[in-house]
Amino acid sequence: MDVVTLIILLCYLFAIAYLGYRGYRQTKTATDYLVAGRNINPLIMALSYGATFISTSAIVGFGGVAANLGMGLLWLTFLNIFVGIYIAFVFLGNPTRRMGHHLDAHTFPELLGKRFQSRTLQILGGLIIFCFMPLYAMAVIIGGAEFIGPIFHIPFNAALFLFAFIVAAYVIAGGMKGVMFTDALQATIMLIGMIILFTVTYTTLGGFTTAHQTLTDMAPRVPAPLKAIGHRGWTMIPAFGWAKAGTSGPEAIQFNLWWTMVSTIILGVGIGVLAQPQLIVRFMTVNSRQALNRAVVAGGIFILFMTGVAFVVGPLSNVYFAKREVIRCRIADEQALLDPGPDGKAKLTLVSSDAPPEIQSRSKRFVAYRMPDDAPDQALRYVLWTPEMKITRGAEGQLDEIRPGLIAIARTATLGTPLSGNSDAIIPHYVASAFPKWFGVVFLLTLLAAAMSTLSSQFHAMGTAIGRDVFETLTGERHSSRSILITRLGIVLGLAAAIVLGKTVRFNIIALATAIFFGLCGAAFLPAFLGALFWKRMNRPGALASLLVGFSVSALWSIFINSKTATGLGICKALFSKDTLLPPSFSPTWAVVDPLIVALPLSFLTAVAVSLLTRPMPESHVKWCFGGSKPQ
Amino acid sequence: MLGIPDKAVFLAYALSVFSALLCVLYGVANWNKGDEPIQTEDVQWAKEEKEDIEETL
Repeated sequence: MDVVTLIILLCYLFAIAYLGYRGYRQTKTATDYLVAGRNINPLIMALSYGATFISTSAIVGFGGVAANLGMGLLWLTFLNIFVGIYIAFVFLGNPTRRMGHHLDAHTFPELLGKRFQSRTLQILGGLIIFCFMPLYAMAVIIGGAEFIGPIFHIPFNAALFLFAFIVAAYVIAGGMKGVMFTDALQATIMLIGMIILFTVTYTTLGGFTTAHQTLTDMAPRVPAPLKAIGHRGWTMIPAFGWAKAGTSGPEAIQFNLWWTMVSTIILGVGIGVLAQPQLIVRFMTVNSRQALNRAVVAGGIFILFMTGVAFVVGPLSNVYFAKREVIRCRIADEQALLDPGPDGKAKLTLVSSDAPPEIQSRSKRFVAYRMPDDAPDQALRYVLWTPEMKITRGAEGQLDEIRPGLIAIARTATLGTPLSGNSDAIIPHYVASAFPKWFGVVFLLTLLAAAMSTLSSQFHAMGTAIGRDVFETLTGERHSSRSILITRLGIVLGLAAAIVLGKTVRFNIIALATAIFFGLCGAAFLPAFLGALFWKRMNRPGALASLLVGFSVSALWSIFINSKTATGLGICKALFSKDTLLPPSFSPTWAVVDPLIVALPLSFLTAVAVSLLTRPMPESHVKWCFGGSKPQ
Repeated sequence: MLGIPDKAVFLAYALSVFSALLCVLYGVANWNKGDEPIQTEDVQWAKEEKEDIEETL
């Protein structure tokens, strides 16, 4: 890291710390406005919500997935805006706020628990959030670490700890207090960073039509493994269909990409957002429907510039990498060999010249190089060699030039990654390669801001889930020293779990982990949440049953049916010696259908059926929940 | 259209922009609607929330 970068970074961190301190001293948190009975500026409220909603996961993780799978991911942007902002703010925000304040609920599980008079519901909700939110926190932290690594030339693990440390220090120092101006500053930085990314990308690639057309013309360069599962180009939706039961081989997997893209990435996140505990609590900090109405304006535009830009720039990075990238460097070895292992899927390792012939023959040729500002003792960088690569050796004292001509995902393959690349590293690589270094720093601030605001709310949700929803509900202790200790321990444990997970499951994981968490929340909580707000007939057994069915079906489907998660978790293999339990008489496409698609309808049906078959909640209690006076 | 051959992808692009516009139009049209006086329970809720966070930190 050079001195200028370090100074800019430190200035930013001090500014955030100062604003946090000043804002807090001058009572500018969301709750202070409510205490004082004043209106929060709707722009600041919307930006604060947006900063919590959008994290490094959306920009780096989902942006990388879009770079790999194509612009079809823009359907998620549409859902992010239409469902995550419009529906959430216009239809859910105010009833949530009213009911939360009326029932004196401070967490999402507490809202459900009080609405349905069920401590079990609150405890189960708290446990689900506490156990699974680290998965989402991990995705956010990896998103930052993947960027810090290549920009500042530090190993991933060091970047992971550094990023987690900076964010944790911020969260503990004041982030969790939710100082609105700090959140709004962070959202503004995110907005500036993404607008620059959007403008420069389109300008560099010749404008909208030229850039899109070039990307369309690159369809023949889609890697064979992606073509096999239905990829038809980066400006096309993948092939849609349903494989016949009993098929195997290429026919069995030809529609897998559509189902992964639509059921997991688009619907999982697009719908799951409505049941995100940390976002639901945000509505309670608002003081009127008017504030929500006004916040919709900034919220819609903000999300468009966050995920919309990421999902457009990601695919377009293929055009940059394939047509325009020039690496000015010092080539160390034009014939370096990296070994992808016997099955071609292991992490690439360097092959020595005296390695056995079978290893040499399966290895891939890479070009090893150093950038001009790399330290002499710094590890070499590697770029995959293909016949399209052009190498120009510089004269004595001059730099060499490599024109790799690779698509984005192939450009991320290097020592230590799989040969198929790492989609989480595409956006960081793109920013590092296509933009001047000063933008790298601006983008780092963008990502730090995105991570800090989201992680603050995640840590708050994890801490209160275990402290307030589980411990206090079980023991009946309110605000005791033990309860505070448990809440703090919960936050520390959540952070530790996120870091350990991040170290363990790196590569192509950010979007998947986020989608799993969002999908799980959707299946487990959404019917109970919507029922709590809008269906007076919904009762405790209905809410409990829907949560249990949604969670269990989601978990069982992930562990035993969905091939990606079942293989990744390995529980099915350990118990039954096979990757999934999907019977051969079923279509193999079932193995790529997201748990949410099965679990959410079942969870809704259960909520309705059980509620109608069991006794309604006491009328006086229902009246109280919907604004009446408290029953004696 | 705009170099995007697949209507479904173009539609997603357009709907993303239009849904953001919908948010703007809705917000502007309802800018002054929905103002509610702050009630005691709102203030009480906020006070407790603030105390909770301060205790935790």
